[in-house]
Amino acid sequence: MGAQKKRAAAAAAAARVSEDPDDLARQPLQAILLADSFTTKFRPITLERPKVLLPLVNVPMINYTLAWLEAAGVAEVFVFCCAHSKQVIDYLENSEWFSQPNFTVKTIESHNIISAGDALRLIYEQNVIHGDFVLISGDTVSNMSLTQALQEHKERKKKDNNAVMTMIIKKSKPSPITRQSRLGTDELFMAIDPNTKQLLYYEDKADHSKGTICLDKMLLAENPSISLHNDKQDCYIDICSPEVLSLFTDNFDYQHLRRHFVKGLLLDDIMGYKIFTHEIHSSYAARIDNYRSYDIVSKDIIQRWTYPYVPDVKFCGNRATKLERRGMYRALEIEQSRSAQVGSFTVIGYGTKIGSNSKISDSVIGEGCTIGSNVLIEGSYIWDNVIIEDGCELRHVIVCDGVIMKAGAVLKPGVVLSFKVVIGERFVVPAYSKVSLLQQPTVHDSDEELEYADNSSGTVEFSSIQGTADQSNGEMTSESSEAHKPKLGTGGVGYIWSICEGGQEEEWRHSVAPIPEDKLTELSEAMDDDQELVTQDRTALSTSGELISDSNASEGDDNEDSKDDSVYFEKEVEATFLRAVEENVKVDHVILEVNSLRLSYNMTSADCAGAVFYSMMKLAIKTPHSSASELQQNTANIITTWQKLLKSYLLEIDEEIEIILKFEEMCLESAKEFSPLFARILHILYDKDILQEDAILRWADEKEGADESDKVFVRQSEKFIQWLREASEEED
Amino acid sequence: MDFQVVVLAGGTSKKLVPLVSKEVPKALLPVANRPVLSYVLEQLELSNIKDLIVVVEGADAALCVGGWISAAYVDRLHVEVATVPEDVGTAGALRAIAHHLTAKDVLVVSGDLVSDVPPGAVTAAHRRHDAVVTAMICSVPVSGLSEAGSSGAKDKTKKPGRYNIIGMDPTKQFLLHIATGAELEKDTRIRKSILRAVGQMDIRADLMDAHMYAFNRSVLQEVLDQKDKFQSLKQDVLPYLVRSQLKSEILINGAPQGQQAKENGNDKVSYRILANASTPSFHELYALGPNGSAPVRRTHKCCVYIASNSKYCVRLNSIQAFMDINRDVIGEANHLSGYNFSAQNNIIHPSAELGSKTTVGPHCMLGEGSQMGDKCSVKRSVIGRHCRIGSNVKVVNSVVMNHVTIGDGCSIQGSVICSNAQLQERVALKDCQVGLGYVVSAGCEYKGESLARKEK
Repeated sequence: MGAQKKRAAAAAAAARVSEDPDDLARQPLQAILLADSFTTKFRPITLERPKVLLPLVNVPMINYTLAWLEAAGVAEVFVFCCAHSKQVIDYLENSEWFSQPNFTVKTIESHNIISAGDALRLIYEQNVIHGDFVLISGDTVSNMSLTQALQEHKERKKKDNNAVMTMIIKKSKPSPITRQSRLGTDELFMAIDPNTKQLLYYEDKADHSKGTICLDKMLLAENPSISLHNDKQDCYIDICSPEVLSLFTDNFDYQHLRRHFVKGLLLDDIMGYKIFTHEIHSSYAARIDNYRSYDIVSKDIIQRWTYPYVPDVKFCGNRATKLERRGMYRALEIEQSRSAQVGSFTVIGYGTKIGSNSKISDSVIGEGCTIGSNVLIEGSYIWDNVIIEDGCELRHVIVCDGVIMKAGAVLKPGVVLSFKVVIGERFVVPAYSKVSLLQQPTVHDSDEELEYADNSSGTVEFSSIQGTADQSNGEMTSESSEAHKPKLGTGGVGYIWSICEGGQEEEWRHSVAPIPEDKLTELSEAMDDDQELVTQDRTALSTSGELISDSNASEGDDNEDSKDDSVYFEKEVEATFLRAVEENVKVDHVILEVNSLRLSYNMTSADCAGAVFYSMMKLAIKTPHSSASELQQNTANIITTWQKLLKSYLLEIDEEIEIILKFEEMCLESAKEFSPLFARILHILYDKDILQEDAILRWADEKEGADESDKVFVRQSEKFIQWLREASEEED
Repeated sequence: MDFQVVVLAGGTSKKLVPLVSKEVPKALLPVANRPVLSYVLEQLELSNIKDLIVVVEGADAALCVGGWISAAYVDRLHVEVATVPEDVGTAGALRAIAHHLTAKDVLVVSGDLVSDVPPGAVTAAHRRHDAVVTAMICSVPVSGLSEAGSSGAKDKTKKPGRYNIIGMDPTKQFLLHIATGAELEKDTRIRKSILRAVGQMDIRADLMDAHMYAFNRSVLQEVLDQKDKFQSLKQDVLPYLVRSQLKSEILINGAPQGQQAKENGNDKVSYRILANASTPSFHELYALGPNGSAPVRRTHKCCVYIASNSKYCVRLNSIQAFMDINRDVIGEANHLSGYNFSAQNNIIHPSAELGSKTTVGPHCMLGEGSQMGDKCSVKRSVIGRHCRIGSNVKVVNSVVMNHVTIGDGCSIQGSVICSNAQLQERVALKDCQVGLGYVVSAGCEYKGESLARKEK
């Protein structure tokens, strides 16, 4: 045991020594460890204990992260605590982390933080980060050496000041089933420049309805060679330059590290910040994001992929454990009946008792558990001080501290029992249920955790509906705890959490239980459908003609998108404008605001002109008026007041024509009241120098060949146009 | 080899006007004083392919091409010249000659390809994977002049153009995505399903389709039959096959692949053995589905053969390409020309006559029976047969075809002078094309113009 510990220490020391000594001397490496994942994937367990303190193969997760950071040569770690911060701080204070030489752990506590973005903003304010730092969350297990990645990062930074972040990626073991990351995370698509390793595209919350990935044409114009990856996994270990923190502060709407920050940087071509990737090949790195990854990472630890962070090597406060044949780990003082069978890849914690004829395989049993006889445990995670009476069956479940399972109880795959739940005799807990002593919250207490995923919104509302709909329990409502007890059998204590409808579908994806057979076929069929769709519209196209029609179709898509965008844009501009009118904002400021909208929606100045004009006319029509002439007067007034705003977008004649077209459209559709006034208002616009005669004449020319119905307004303003024509001729 | 070769020689391409005409179809345009078609035929001959079908668009052009081939290759190659109507497209041309095709695989080569990539390598890659189609791709040529020259079009051509966006698997054997033509102008859309199947896809914008394909004959014919709207191999047939590779709609030999193994007997078995020798490609894994048992999905393979960078591979499909190829074949890629270069790195036919103080620089070619007057200078240019060139003439970066008469004091830069044209005294041309038999009157100066006789 001692020898092994030394080996681990030596490995750690070696990693540290191999760092460039100069570099380290100059700038001790810092790290930010987020001890909160800001998600709700581990509920209900995380209602009582923070995720980073959940035992992973009998050691709290945060210890893996801290041990790795220490070995990787990090000198100072800032642990950011939010949910259950007291527990985290207490744990750290009592652990040996505060007394390590050359390794300082400091905690930063905050309670009103709801996202990683907020956390980083807060850290920025505290001004504690001075150089490059490692950004990691406290649920990451790794044994990689940072040396090379760090060096690459520094060298890139020297050459290009915009290279602010290096992301660690790893080839994911393709799951033959899902063909995705086996960690139960969302499918990840990345585009990387194979030469520079720059990250060019990142899509993790994959939209399944879209069968294609859309790479911007500029991307290919700038990079003649791109690798698209579906076979990589994001390790969620980032090496960041200090700019990253200020970027979070500058962009106060960045919340999620990947979804907002990474995507924001990739899309933003003004500042030109770049993200690079570093791929690790032989070492291990994975983040525990959900129950499935908890299961997978536990298995990887037991199978020693994470060496030296394995149960039989003491790296932090884990009890002495011996490795036996077939990947079996046993702590001391285990009482095991002769007839009990403990199978391969199983860890049994200190002081656990196992009764006769019990079978345990591929599982982790915590400390001080009491397991009766004839118990079957398969692929499960039993934490500390759990009592399992005779004849229970557990398959692919997680059982937290202090749970009591009465004789004959059965847990179906995917069940999670939170702390101190009692399951009654012979009670069968249905698959994928989550049981807790606490009732399912009916409102999000965003103080603790917030899920940004879309499916979170519905997590709670369904509880009562589900309660009544539960067939086996008849008309029990979820409010009364009395009524709930029978739910867990006689003598059972706890609530079965209902699963929201959207979640149910996804439940199997994230659960500890292996993916059931029918889901597999469903999945592969879904993939086929995907294909079907694609080929279907291809065949439809190919009968109708060549590829050109195909390109038209996709163009149609694009138009749809941009149409959506422009509608939003118009609304935003209108809102801005109305507010400006109400609050008497200066024209210059409005121009600024509209400009920023224009940038964020990626619109042209013609769009702005159209939108501003639209809002002005809308305002005119909303101003009370009794007759057409009054409306005209209103319009004239508004145009006079705001002509500067409008003019700032009329750079060229095209924009002016756009205004006329917009006006025409309004007269036809949204604001028919204007239609009799079209010619007069056109005249007003001309008088105010908003429209030049060229624009009007060009518009009239364009309309020449149009349908009769399109020419209504040209007709109406015929006189005016005539007059303009003559005037210009005279000038000539 | 059970391969049939089809050379698509085209007709009179509009892009190459005024260089081409009824008398000189595209296939017969001279590259270093040899018809461009001869480069393809020679490569095929080197790969020991002697039976081939040359498809020409238009009866007049076919007559010219046929005449030339029978004269030049009378006892060397067995060439069948087929005529198809004009503007049928490459797919249409193949459709028209479908009844001639009998072999298991068909190699389709564009007649305007000037390349030293052995066609045998493409067919071998095709056979190795038992692919449905194998396309040769090559690096995008750097067009324009490499050294400081006088080309006015230089700024435009500095950046290599983009012809294709090509997606391949990491081993660079399979073609997963191809975009051509108008699609290049838009954002690239890659299907996730194929990405899931293959894991990693390398997308390259600096490669292009060289228009040499090996097709499985039955598949090709089936596609051509079913999709009667397909006009072009490059823009319709190949993208279609690539798109549908994981959801194959093609029945190989009219029967699903499984049954075909029995029908084909020995042939198929040997392929199987070959296939098993290497690790299974993603197509096979994908076809197996989640259970790893019987194939549940039908797939077919689209392969690529990437010509190495040291190989020369350019298509003569524009006037700029015509100039580039002529320059390269007597310059950097002179092994293609088949001539022996002199110590000065140029070729002057023994029968050519040079006046006093006339210099012919390196990377130049002077054809048989041509005469040059005094004090002329020729740099990086090709001059054809029986030209008469006066005194004090400068020819730089240009191609002068046969029987051209050039008067005293002319200056020709970056231009093409077609056969039988006549330049009178003191004509100055820069970046011009002079059509067949055109007469440029004395003292004219032109820049960047295309001069040709009016078509009757």
